[in-house]
Amino acid sequence: MQSQTPIRPSLFDSPAGPNPLDQEHLLGRGIARVDGPLKVSGRAPYAYEVHDPSNTALVGVLVLSTVAQGSIRTLDAVAAEHAPGVRLVLTHRNMQRQGGPASEHCKPQMADATVRQNGQVVALVVADSFEQANAAAAMVAVAYDVKPALTDLAAGVPQATVPPPRSPSQPVDTNVGDFAQGFAAAAVKIDATYTTPHQAHAMMEPHASMAVWDGDHLTLHTSHQMLSTCAQTLASTLLLRPDQVRVLSPYIGGGFGSKLVTYADAILSATAARQLGRPVKIALTRPQVFGQTTHRTATIQRVRLGADADGTLRAIGHESWSGNQQGQTFYETAANQTRLLYAAHDRMTAHRQVRLDLPLASSMRAPGEAVGLLALECAMDELAERLRMDPVALRVRNDTQYDPEKGPSRPFSSRRLTECLHEGAARFGWEKRSPVPGQRREGQWLVGMGMASAIRNVALKPSNAEATLDGRGILTVGTAMTDIGTGTYTILTQIAGEMLGLPPERVVMQLGDTDLPEASGSGGSFGAASSGSAVYYACAQLRIALARRAGFDPARSRFENGQIIQDGRAVSLASLAGAQGIAATGGIKPGDLLKKYAQASFGAHFAEVGVDADTGEVRVRRMLGVFGIGRVLNASTARSQAIGGMIFGIGAALMEDVVPDRRHGDFVNHDLAEYHVPVHADVPAVEAYFVEEVDPIANPLKAKGVGELGICGAGAAVANAIYNASGVRIRDYPMTLDKVLAGLPDQA
Amino acid sequence: MTPFDYARAGDTAAAVRMGSVAGARYLGGGTNLVDLMRENIEQPASLVDVTGLGSAIEERADGTVWIGAAARNTAIAGHAAIRRRYPALSRAILAGASGQIRNMATLGGNLLQRTRCTYFYDDAARCNKREPGSGCDAIDGFNRIHAILGASVACVATHPSDMCVALAALDAVVHLEGSAGARTLPFDALHRLPGGRPDRDTELQPGELVTGIELPSLAFAARSTYRKVRDRSSYAFALVSVAAALDVGGDGTVRDVRIALGGVAHKPWRAHIAEQSLRGQPATEASFRAAAAAELADAAPLTHNAFKPELARRTIVAVLSGLTETPMKEMAP
Repeated sequence: MQSQTPIRPSLFDSPAGPNPLDQEHLLGRGIARVDGPLKVSGRAPYAYEVHDPSNTALVGVLVLSTVAQGSIRTLDAVAAEHAPGVRLVLTHRNMQRQGGPASEHCKPQMADATVRQNGQVVALVVADSFEQANAAAAMVAVAYDVKPALTDLAAGVPQATVPPPRSPSQPVDTNVGDFAQGFAAAAVKIDATYTTPHQAHAMMEPHASMAVWDGDHLTLHTSHQMLSTCAQTLASTLLLRPDQVRVLSPYIGGGFGSKLVTYADAILSATAARQLGRPVKIALTRPQVFGQTTHRTATIQRVRLGADADGTLRAIGHESWSGNQQGQTFYETAANQTRLLYAAHDRMTAHRQVRLDLPLASSMRAPGEAVGLLALECAMDELAERLRMDPVALRVRNDTQYDPEKGPSRPFSSRRLTECLHEGAARFGWEKRSPVPGQRREGQWLVGMGMASAIRNVALKPSNAEATLDGRGILTVGTAMTDIGTGTYTILTQIAGEMLGLPPERVVMQLGDTDLPEASGSGGSFGAASSGSAVYYACAQLRIALARRAGFDPARSRFENGQIIQDGRAVSLASLAGAQGIAATGGIKPGDLLKKYAQASFGAHFAEVGVDADTGEVRVRRMLGVFGIGRVLNASTARSQAIGGMIFGIGAALMEDVVPDRRHGDFVNHDLAEYHVPVHADVPAVEAYFVEEVDPIANPLKAKGVGELGICGAGAAVANAIYNASGVRIRDYPMTLDKVLAGLPDQA
Repeated sequence: MTPFDYARAGDTAAAVRMGSVAGARYLGGGTNLVDLMRENIEQPASLVDVTGLGSAIEERADGTVWIGAAARNTAIAGHAAIRRRYPALSRAILAGASGQIRNMATLGGNLLQRTRCTYFYDDAARCNKREPGSGCDAIDGFNRIHAILGASVACVATHPSDMCVALAALDAVVHLEGSAGARTLPFDALHRLPGGRPDRDTELQPGELVTGIELPSLAFAARSTYRKVRDRSSYAFALVSVAAALDVGGDGTVRDVRIALGGVAHKPWRAHIAEQSLRGQPATEASFRAAAAAELADAAPLTHNAFKPELARRTIVAVLSGLTETPMKEMAP
């Protein structure tokens, strides 16, 4: 149902007033996921499961480079070309003309013989079946001229460079007051360096695409978080006009940032399908996911804190080094949150970039904060101990209601950090924690508690939607938004239902199709706020249209139980819609409220761990997160997002570490058996609680982001609990048993 | 995956006949072999499915217990006699893989599973086990999960099985059937150290089929356990594991003991030195510590597994100490 008229988005440049969402009849309730039955019964087709109606789809298998730097010396594809069922072997020698140069939104494949990383595509084999393509792919013989590769972050620090700023609002470095002087003068100081490893998104669904051409129009079934950028990338790479590309991604098996980028499965399925005149599908194997797609870069972070004896921070310094390929602008913004989290007069942050000839580094769930807080919040724990101060009290002491770099002229839109800290401490039983480490023992277990603050910045992106009510009283809402497993279908259903006074079963959500109005996509915790606001505005327009059709005053009419009501008169929405139906569009265009107000979600994490006194194994016993996220749109899916993030935090603290091979520049442990993420047995009682909060400055929903907040600080709480349990302070993540063991006393 | 033939064996004789053809491999639950075929590491010409052969688990009159090679891991771990008489075996099995994998995996397949060395699995890497003479990328690569005992300059891989560590400690006997007839091997003689031929994991002759194992009557094995130390609580291979059974006399001295280690060598590592040094000694932590130190004296760690000797020592001491407690200490699997 493509819009016929251009959508006129609403400029959101002043705080939201009262609106129908404040009723919270449907919004906020923990209703079950509307797409749940489809998913648990296997009826929600993911990209690779989509059946091409002509039933003629061919299958492609990628051959990836096995060296980090160099060039293809020889490539022998003759055996593969003659293997049973093979229809096409593409290499740099016979690739079609593509757009260029390579950039964030242009991804040419096999453009030349140069090898820029391990995991780059060197050949595509297309055959009648997957098995045939896979067997033939193994026959492609490639020899390389190999150049030395840079694979070690620490070794590259002396050659680090200053990356270009990510955006005007995110400078690379900041300096406020006089950090050097403030730090030197502080009564109590911490100066510690923390390291975090490369991490992988490890989403369930591997990247996959099926390309279908109709004349010179491409339809791509794929798994992507942000469909407009996927379509743009396809168009620029395949030399198409944007209107020649349609991208479909209605169901996505997890993304965590990995699916913000368009990869070879998309580009090459389209290339091969065009050449062969038949649909072509390509899925990455799990090991290929690790090399061909993005990861979170390792970091080295130096944190310096200077405080008065009463715990008042005087100086905060946070420097971070991270790696990426030459020419890439993405760097890990690990010090960004340190600009906002605590008050202090003298402050500095800095980011440096190290060239690494590894697969591409990019966003992974809470880029910046997720690893930045692993350093900052451990340093705060170390400072609290040095001050002989409770870690909760230290954070409360340094809370602030305005942007500490900009001053009182830029207040926070909402910030309930202190409430989260106190609420969490009370609920968790924090008062039972011994301030002295290594005091509590249960059998072989050394038991301890740790905590950390959580912060994740809030963003709002342009997004649009259309809403149509039909003669049966069914509301259909369409937007090119994605649901990457977060619950977007459900919360948008609730927003639309709340606006029109309809139960969820009378709302049909259509997502994941670029023929629908352009939307924010999923990323940066802005998806719900942005696409939800678009649905809000579209539904607000529909309310006006319906009220006018009923002859009512839009400002005075209520929508309840499928009716519009004013002055005791009620008219059914279905009858107003009539056989022709009634439609409206709307959208949000962010104004400058993010300049005027600092905006972030906040929280507090508490963790209790056991450390095996014999082996150094760490097992989390329980965790609690208390968060302020503005209005909770769905209590159940918000909780899932929060505890899912906390479980990511367990992984970051204890096990996640994708290890580069310094010779080959690949990730050695490139599967889910050896890249460890927490399994069920690693995840005990994890609870999330939300403090009451509405934020009218954030957006018309008055909601802030929750998708990434749960990970922010969670790992630091676990790390601090390890110290409290065992007395072993580790500054090198993940905190595997060998590092713990090194600090444990002899067996008693 | 390259094309291959598949046949299901109706009896042992037919299996051995089909399995003795060049390029044939026996197929149990397929939880390892099929993975390796998908990665093109194994490329058998034919698969002989032996899951229809003997899977019985039975206590025999002479006090031994027979387990057919086709018995599923889940069935072995849950069998009442195994749980009562050989708890180390039951615990070792349950510490491995996942419920779904254990439901498929067979005893015979478990004995013959290949190493989980990441370089063995990566056909872009050099590996003497996969391609004899090509070299070893693990020795100078990422070798956290690799061997500290009995390794060679050709190979530092470890054997990944949990079950086999318990079987090594329990003195199991392996029954084989080949074209030259039937024979048996002590469990400790089944798997090889790598030496110059790491491509050979076991002493099996080409075409030889594991038909089952026999657990000896070992009364004190009722006091046995298995402790697996790993990076997460489940679904991770052992960094170090210990299977042990302990028999302490009324005078507090060690009458008999069995110890085997996992995660440290190319084979399940029977700790003969530690056992030797403990027999007749007081069952105290000091004795355990001395025995563990003696066993690990020749450990030769690599760049990323320097923690393993100390971890193995501490785990041996913890396991043996736990076995002296009454009731026997329940340890994390």
